[in-house]
Amino acid sequence: MRRVVVTGLGLVTPLASGVEESWRRILDGQSGAGKISRFDASHLATDYACEVPHGDGTDGTFNPDDWMAPKDQRKVDTFILYGIAAAAQAVEDAGWTPDDRAELDRTGVLIGSGIGGLNSIAETALVLRDRGPRRVSPFFVPGALINLISGQVSIRYGFRGPNHSVVTACSTGAHAIGDAARLIRDDDADVMIAGGAEASISEIGIAGFNACKALSTKRSDEPTKASRPYDVDSDGFVMGEGSGIVVLEEYEHAKARGAKIYAEVIGYGLSGDAYHITAPSEDGDGAERCMRMALKKAGLQPSDIDYINAHGTSTMADKIELGAVERMMGDAADKVTMSSTKSMTGHLLGAAGAIEAIFSILAIRDQVAPPTINLDNPAVETKVDLAPNAKRERKINVALSNSFGFGGTNASVIFRKVD
Amino acid sequence: MSDVADRVKKIVVEHLGVEESKVVDNASFIDDLGADSLDTVELVMAFEEEFGIEIPDDAAETIQTFGDAVGFISNANA
Repeated sequence: MRRVVVTGLGLVTPLASGVEESWRRILDGQSGAGKISRFDASHLATDYACEVPHGDGTDGTFNPDDWMAPKDQRKVDTFILYGIAAAAQAVEDAGWTPDDRAELDRTGVLIGSGIGGLNSIAETALVLRDRGPRRVSPFFVPGALINLISGQVSIRYGFRGPNHSVVTACSTGAHAIGDAARLIRDDDADVMIAGGAEASISEIGIAGFNACKALSTKRSDEPTKASRPYDVDSDGFVMGEGSGIVVLEEYEHAKARGAKIYAEVIGYGLSGDAYHITAPSEDGDGAERCMRMALKKAGLQPSDIDYINAHGTSTMADKIELGAVERMMGDAADKVTMSSTKSMTGHLLGAAGAIEAIFSILAIRDQVAPPTINLDNPAVETKVDLAPNAKRERKINVALSNSFGFGGTNASVIFRKVD
Repeated sequence: MSDVADRVKKIVVEHLGVEESKVVDNASFIDDLGADSLDTVELVMAFEEEFGIEIPDDAAETIQTFGDAVGFISNANA
């Protein structure tokens, strides 16, 4: 069977633009949360979020001009800009910019988003209402469509292989990586650029998730304390934004060109809750079956798992996921470390699974589990090590990353160290 | 150069990200200034906006160069 490895990483997160700077701040336990700066949010139930720090590109800030010409930035929603930036980082990291037509035909792109150009749609709706249909930009549709990151990346690099996308709410990033790995395994491509992007920190985005009662509302005074998975004082998730993109590659292909190999994708599981449009099934059955499927595909025992990057959103769903993990791990529950990096990044929705897959891969590379910050008073009693407030240096050969989304859609991806 | 030409040039430079010196009378938006068909639609919208005129679709199709644009707008404004 064709094996699939990770050979490139790219990150735009609320902590920083760039893989190493984001990861350094994650291990340091920093929060990316703050008052919303991009628009006046004072009238909303939540006026804080985890925004990508925009700036001149120094000190980990995100400078749009570094990734896309200013005249082209106007033509795309911000989620596409983040996706292109993370993809460019990943492609450069992998050193994969072939000229050969056959290689380009065997390189595909599968990047998704949970919501896509939500803010562009909202703003264009106002243009339509106030100024009429002739004022609607010709770039509105291609600038808001979810699969247009895949399209843009393929155009930029000439990648002519499978061009695909995923939309599964907060499982998008994990599904994108899992599905892309399958395309390589099934010999439809040798290299896939995969991941997710999101930019829904906008008036309509916050208002919409507030209406679902999904967001934290009580920490306006201390936004950095708002995302607190497993803590008694958690009161909803904090919205994040950004993008995570990986370069996946067939193992022999990567070896033959001497590529740096971060980890191998060894397991992928998917399931549906068939329960509720926004709430996870209370018995955690969907999450458990999803993890078990990934484990079975990987040919591993629960005790082989060293680290789990939890979906852990800082909501009532955290306990449900933890219960599923405890049942799956059984006697090995006290051997695994599970943390929620959303305590630092907030919830990046369709990009969450992708950035968390990257954190899982880096945990394997550096043999260290990132912390769950703000876990001051645990709301749960568990044998599972939740790495409260401090990174955990430990053996990590195998890492599992969980993502669960609205609609009851679940995805788990397992990575393993490659010697 | 007329006021109209200056204002049109400013829009073209901004939207297409080209050097001002390239925006000459016979410069074709698509062949010389790197525009695609969507860019030309947006340019026409920007002209309408700037000059408070309406450029019907069949007229828009005749505006291929910078000179065409300046000519059309000057007549429309006359």
